[in-house]
Amino acid sequence: MFGLVDCNNFYVSCERVFQPRLEGRPVVVLSNNDGCIISRSQEAKALGLKMGDPYFQVKGLLRQHGVAVLSSNYTLYGDMSRRVMHYLGQTVPGVEVYSIDEAFLDLGGLEAHLGRHIGGSLTAFAGRIRADVKRRTGIPTCVGVAPTKTLAKLANRLAKQDAALGGVLHLDSDERRRWALGQVAVGDVWGVGRQYAQKLTAAGIDSAADLSRVSEAWARKQLGGVVGARLVRELQGYPCAGLGSSEDGSLRRQSLTCSRTFGRPLRERALVAGAVTSFVARAAEKLRRQGELAHVLTVFISQNRFAPGAEPGGHSRSAVLTLPVPTSDTRELAARAGQLLGRIWEEGAVYVKAGVVLAGLEPPGRGQQLGLFGGGPAAPAPVAAPVGPAPGAALMAVLDGLNERFGRGTVQLAAALGPAGSGPVPWQGQAAWRTPAYTTRLEDLLIVK
Amino acid sequence: MHDVLLIPVVEAPMPLLLPVFACRVSAGFPSPATDELEGLFDLNKLLFRHPDATYLVRVMGESMAGAEIHAGDLLAVDKHIEADHGHIVVAVLEGECTVKRLERRGEDWWLVPANPAFQPYRVRNTEEVHIWGVVTHVVHELLPGKLTALIQSYD
Repeated sequence: MFGLVDCNNFYVSCERVFQPRLEGRPVVVLSNNDGCIISRSQEAKALGLKMGDPYFQVKGLLRQHGVAVLSSNYTLYGDMSRRVMHYLGQTVPGVEVYSIDEAFLDLGGLEAHLGRHIGGSLTAFAGRIRADVKRRTGIPTCVGVAPTKTLAKLANRLAKQDAALGGVLHLDSDERRRWALGQVAVGDVWGVGRQYAQKLTAAGIDSAADLSRVSEAWARKQLGGVVGARLVRELQGYPCAGLGSSEDGSLRRQSLTCSRTFGRPLRERALVAGAVTSFVARAAEKLRRQGELAHVLTVFISQNRFAPGAEPGGHSRSAVLTLPVPTSDTRELAARAGQLLGRIWEEGAVYVKAGVVLAGLEPPGRGQQLGLFGGGPAAPAPVAAPVGPAPGAALMAVLDGLNERFGRGTVQLAAALGPAGSGPVPWQGQAAWRTPAYTTRLEDLLIVK
Repeated sequence: MHDVLLIPVVEAPMPLLLPVFACRVSAGFPSPATDELEGLFDLNKLLFRHPDATYLVRVMGESMAGAEIHAGDLLAVDKHIEADHGHIVVAVLEGECTVKRLERRGEDWWLVPANPAFQPYRVRNTEEVHIWGVVTHVVHELLPGKLTALIQSYD
């Protein structure tokens, strides 16, 4: 049995905990650099505001309805997420932290133990989890409980939609499972992407219920082989996936991305290069924290897609490099990223955003290819030398240690510093309405009266 | 009215670890007691019943002076504990946070300051007042330190 706990309007809910006056009002939280809407309160949804709406396009509507607009405050959201996840970890046998505001719970074998404490049912237990998270953090959640992860996700979706369910839906019988499948469009099933959704609808499969009735052979053929077959089995109530590993409560990532919209549009290559360097540094730091090396480096830069005359899809360019030797060394990754930027740079263009993706992640020392021309893990050492830590590893450890102790960006590559004496770097995001980091900085306090 | 600043407790990057000795420690010479070092404890865990449900709040004003809560103090507020008569609580009143003692008088609930210069507040309905959490500890500086410096910076 699996549960899925999903926080309602998580970012908005976090803000409301510390600004109770926002309760009952329409509230939106904007993405990095105040670009577009990434979290909406119920009242904001009712006004027709959509996820991803660019701020400048809905500015009038926001003002007209007195919507409270906030910049994202990830420091706060991260800490509130930690509190929610930690509580869940203490309460159930297993937790997979699926995203900042969602976690799968392993509820296997729990039912037998519930009798004495609470009502004996998983429904009641899920209700208690929900009430406890709300009380301990102030964050409202919905909980779906079902025999498979895919169904738990689906149950959660329905619990969110229908307030009459009281935030909990337990698919505890076959009838209820079938009823739930009938309520959900096939495109809203977890794991069905937009392309498959079109394909399925074209084949007359409209609901999750329809999808659960296709044959295994058909699913294999039409939905990407074994993945599709598993999806259908999960909808039928046969678990095909357990909880994923979540080390330190956070999922090990398959790839790491760091991308930002700039504080202002940039046309100077040195500035964009500085931005890319600082994004590389951030991504490499995360990479080292999860103890892995990256094989593949991608750099992309984007022009303004809302500019007059901009071609749809033509605003972004990217370049990919497979590294000769996987690495987590900021210096090497930054040098490579600089070369990649040179490949896609267009003189005279104005850029509004850049990003770096590290992929092909793996732990060190797993059948690695040693570099023929040095730079590899055991660079100039004799052939038979054991694969030791990369030469820069000690330096990177010191760098991470200093930045952790004295604050992010205490020590960084010179290229990430921007032009001398120019104040804040021009690619730094703007966050005009960011609330203080109530959770992490004594000096950054909210004053409430 | 009493002003409070909210600072949720962060898991300290370096927990405050104090050694616990299993035998009496004599002062004055290098002690063989280091062999008896039993373990380390984290002050957060020692003091707070529910560390993940505990948030730090900063006090401004003297409306709770009679309860040994003064301007600049830090309060540990546990959101998990259910508020009851006699608890000092952080309450949300008209969208603002305030620290007061919660009292039941007959059929009514009151938010009562611990300072005669301030008026008690009768809770008329539970919709206008909501209990944010129960205060479990007060951190008060006896020697001027960071908290004192911080409150001065607001003046």
